[in-house]
Amino acid sequence: MHLLDKDSAMDQLRWNGPTEGSLVGQISTDARSHQPAMDHLDALEAQSIYIFREAFARLKKLALLWSLGKDSNVMIWLARKAFFGRVPFPALHVDTGKKFPEMYSFRDRYGEEWQLDLKIEPCPPLETIDPTLPPAARSAARKTDGLKLALAKYGFDGLIAGIRRDEEATRAKERVFSPRGTEGGWDVRDQPPEFWDQFNASPPPGAHLRIHPILHWTEADIWAYTKRENIPIIPLYLAKDGKRYRSLGDADITNPVVSTASSIEEILTELDGTKVPERAGRALDHETEDAFERLRVAGYL
Amino acid sequence: MNMVIPAAIAATPNGTTRPQVRIVIVGHVDHGKSTLVGRLLHETGSLPDGKLEMLKSVSARRGMPFEWSFLLDALQTERDQGITIDTTQIRFRTRSRDVVLIDAPGHAEFLRNMITGASQADGALLIIDALEGVRDQTRRHGYLLHLLGVKQVAVVVNKMDRVDFSAARFEEIKNEISAHLTGLGVTPTAVIPISARDGDGVAGRTAKIRWYRGPTVVEALDALEPARPLQALALRLPVQAIYKFDDRRIVAGRIESGSLAAGDEIVIMPAGKIAKIRTVEGWPATPVKGVQTAGRSVGITLDRELFIERGDVIAHVGDSPRDTRRIRARIFWLHDKPLTTDASILVRLGTRETRATVVAIEKAVDPGELSSVENKSIARNHVGEIDISLAHPLAADPYTDNPRTGRLVIEVSGRIAGGGLVLSVDAGQRAIPVDIVPVESALRPDERSARYRHNGAVVWLTGLPASGKSTLARALERRLFSNGGSPVLLDGDTLRAGLNGDLGFSAVDRTENIRRLAEVATHLARNGHIAIVAAVSPSGEDRAAARRIADDLFREVYVATPAEICESRDPKGHYAKARTGALQAFTGIGNDYQPPTNSELTIDTSARSVPDATDEIERMLAKTGILFDELVDLAANI
Repeated sequence: MHLLDKDSAMDQLRWNGPTEGSLVGQISTDARSHQPAMDHLDALEAQSIYIFREAFARLKKLALLWSLGKDSNVMIWLARKAFFGRVPFPALHVDTGKKFPEMYSFRDRYGEEWQLDLKIEPCPPLETIDPTLPPAARSAARKTDGLKLALAKYGFDGLIAGIRRDEEATRAKERVFSPRGTEGGWDVRDQPPEFWDQFNASPPPGAHLRIHPILHWTEADIWAYTKRENIPIIPLYLAKDGKRYRSLGDADITNPVVSTASSIEEILTELDGTKVPERAGRALDHETEDAFERLRVAGYL
Repeated sequence: MNMVIPAAIAATPNGTTRPQVRIVIVGHVDHGKSTLVGRLLHETGSLPDGKLEMLKSVSARRGMPFEWSFLLDALQTERDQGITIDTTQIRFRTRSRDVVLIDAPGHAEFLRNMITGASQADGALLIIDALEGVRDQTRRHGYLLHLLGVKQVAVVVNKMDRVDFSAARFEEIKNEISAHLTGLGVTPTAVIPISARDGDGVAGRTAKIRWYRGPTVVEALDALEPARPLQALALRLPVQAIYKFDDRRIVAGRIESGSLAAGDEIVIMPAGKIAKIRTVEGWPATPVKGVQTAGRSVGITLDRELFIERGDVIAHVGDSPRDTRRIRARIFWLHDKPLTTDASILVRLGTRETRATVVAIEKAVDPGELSSVENKSIARNHVGEIDISLAHPLAADPYTDNPRTGRLVIEVSGRIAGGGLVLSVDAGQRAIPVDIVPVESALRPDERSARYRHNGAVVWLTGLPASGKSTLARALERRLFSNGGSPVLLDGDTLRAGLNGDLGFSAVDRTENIRRLAEVATHLARNGHIAIVAAVSPSGEDRAAARRIADDLFREVYVATPAEICESRDPKGHYAKARTGALQAFTGIGNDYQPPTNSELTIDTSARSVPDATDEIERMLAKTGILFDELVDLAANI
């Protein structure tokens, strides 16, 4: 496990360049030493890397949405694997200004340590948001508008987002390359077909694509991979005084869940037995039956 | 006799090492897919706490009786219509594995969503209403499972309660669907009588179906195997991109089949170039040792600098895919507008995309009806066989040889409109590169450059006829030679008299002419010479191709002499002939010269002397690292 207050992952970044011994002519392939067979995490990783590389090859102006949470940190890690150590597009943090202090210090530290091209974009004030939305959803909708402003400012044609199918029912219906209208809206009724890892990557002018490289991962996969790869996490995910955060959002609309899991191993054991959904601590998911869907159709993640 | 199987058995602690199998549920609309999924979740103890109660209270509030399918119809739009419009994925556990259930819509209008869901599956459950029997969408889905390559199919005959659990009715349906699937080359792994609403046959063999001897749905799911990576087949690595983030030139892609390791001799298709894998790169640790197998996303470096691009396929020498401009495919069509002969389409195969034309259509049929065959067009949701002529060659395999490089999708207006299997590949004219073994030069590049005082380069002079390209080229040749260098002049017209004597002036021939010039020039440049190419090369795309071939050795000089001056010079008499109509397709009179936008140098010969222009080319070559000598500022001498 790799916490914010421990040593960074920098020591893993040093590149051991090809040596004389690796030059052709000196290599004999009489006994091909096979890598161990791919396990479940290897397969997930390979698929995500494939998606990252397709997005980078087919879109002109990409950004990765970095929410600082466990999922988007895994995403950044996968992007570095895909591009051999560097993230070749900006990491965009659409900042509500209401995140936990631990999240901001994490952002400041790893934005630098991972050499991210970090772009921090503010969200408009609450007064400007649709007042018919329930309170938490209205608060969360600030992020949707902040995102629209950032899109207009930079003209990104692709946004990489760390949503997963197992998180929530509407996310289960997402495509890996998901077109958004010019207003950022999602037309769930008219999604293009997507099969055999061939992606629709030609958004109409003014529109953009959402790219979902970890759509096929589960919450347990994220933790198991974080542990295996020693990816840093925000300590709020670990239990303190009998509670921990399973999912991190704005400080005022995110609640901790009852838990004694103080390590990733314990989180995995806990997840294995739980039937409580991951976003149980996210107030906006529970206000009304369709509030979350309304948010997503309007362009929320 | 109730024999309920305990389904939810504790998994390994991290929940990720158990085999995971993805299963799509397909079938005609209203035959009970969502109900079965809801019931399966309940029977396997997979529902989140409170979910069932929440939905029951929602149903009560809306004054509707509770249905198991409500569990899945999470979207408002779906509840209103009572049909699944897009795929939903649900996870649960059986005795031996984690199951991802993909609930696909049965409505014909949403076939694209069914295909999206089914293409991700290792196996399928095909559901049939016992009362209604096999319907058009049942057949259509069966056919599509075959086209999508889903080989493991279990059939579920649902709503047995509506036919009083009649064994005779079950047998009737079983025989009909088995015949249909077997005809497509798919043998059902089981045919199971159930009532999803009441639970018979789902997890337990109840008294009502005591005449049935086969597995329950849960047992049948347990028997479906996760699809395995295609390690046993020949190596196929479609190139996604070339990265030059640092001094490494990394070829990135996913191994679709086979395996590779450093030291392997590979061939890059469709061009047929040969190289060896130098290293397998990784992060954080690099290079990566050992054999990389199918399914892994890798990055490799090669032992020589070759022109390689996204869409190429890397294979082992002697076991490569075919390069082709002609493909025959069996496809399904999803676009509103039918696919017709002569249609212009975009084909995607692996990571390659190319424009293409539909040359012929045969056996177009509605797989739901399987009756009216026509040969003119393929309508939406229908299937057919087509011959495709490709604008650019690509590497492909028949799907029977390799399912990954043997399938393609078709795009219309930037949106995926269909897809299918490659039935056959007409090999291109190129000789199969098995016998080609490039012999490397005995000299090292630095031995040559030490003598010539320059690196190799391709100096590409482009411009209108009579703009002064040949004159400049000859002056540059003389200058470089006088300084001890090794220039070689490649004049477009001169080469047309020999090497390119078989080529005319059509767009295709001009492209090939430029490609040959670029290949010859690049070969010379790689061996330390400065190849000076003087060619009109009017097409921006052709010049871009030349730049890709020569890569970092390419130096473009745009000879931008105004058209009227070129015509007034007319040393070869071409303008005069073209004006009288005696010379067709002559660049200069028409408007078909596309001026370069990113050339290394632009020279207007009407405004300066030949030595002056030659100086300028020399300065550019020195500045861009081709000439070694510290050049005195020649401009200062004037």
